[in-house]
Amino acid sequence: MPEVSIQTEDFDPGVLHRELMAGNTISGACATFIGCVRGGDNSVLAMELEHYPGMTENSIQAIIEEARSRWDLHAIRVIHRVGKLLPGENIVYVGVASGHRGEAFLACEFIMDYLKTQAPFWKKESTPEGARWVDARDSDEEAAARWQPQ
Amino acid sequence: MIRVLFFARLREQLGVGELELSVTDAGNTVDELRQRLQAKGEEWSRALGADNLLCAVNQHQARGSETIASGDEVAFYPPVTGG
Repeated sequence: MPEVSIQTEDFDPGVLHRELMAGNTISGACATFIGCVRGGDNSVLAMELEHYPGMTENSIQAIIEEARSRWDLHAIRVIHRVGKLLPGENIVYVGVASGHRGEAFLACEFIMDYLKTQAPFWKKESTPEGARWVDARDSDEEAAARWQPQ
Repeated sequence: MIRVLFFARLREQLGVGELELSVTDAGNTVDELRQRLQAKGEEWSRALGADNLLCAVNQHQARGSETIASGDEVAFYPPVTGG
């Protein structure tokens, strides 16, 4: 089972959870994060996700290795969708299994914060006024910077 | 040859996602390559002049001073917005 998948198809969190924990009797905790396309009042009709094939997978794998060097993690899985996605659809899945909840929560958040600022994906939103590329947000950089040594 | 890739907004601004340059045309560093591409026209100058543009050499994020050689893949792209 690869730890990183980039795919157009949706994923099933139940299946992913069973795969992550299959044969695993040592993990007392599993933390998962699922990111979705946010609709509502921002008038986004659809989202198109572009990526840099090859570099994307490698950069996420590097983030996973960095997480493993910081915490004692037993199983990790990251899935990121690309292509056209509609509001409410899943974009990204991060699953982390470890001995206790503390490190599972931390590693899950760490992987997401780094993924958002390091992995080469770009979002383009379709709105009633036309399409627009999403700008990178300072708050995402700040979230990732929290994990740097002080 | 050096393979040059452009992504997302930058690809749309330039109207091209990929091109190949001889080592002679590309220059010796990422910054030289960028300057030579900017000389291709007004839109190239503007799009590749953006302060926040990022670059990768052989799929690893790189600085402008990084040297490039035949067979390398160089990518220019805007700040990332995944997740």
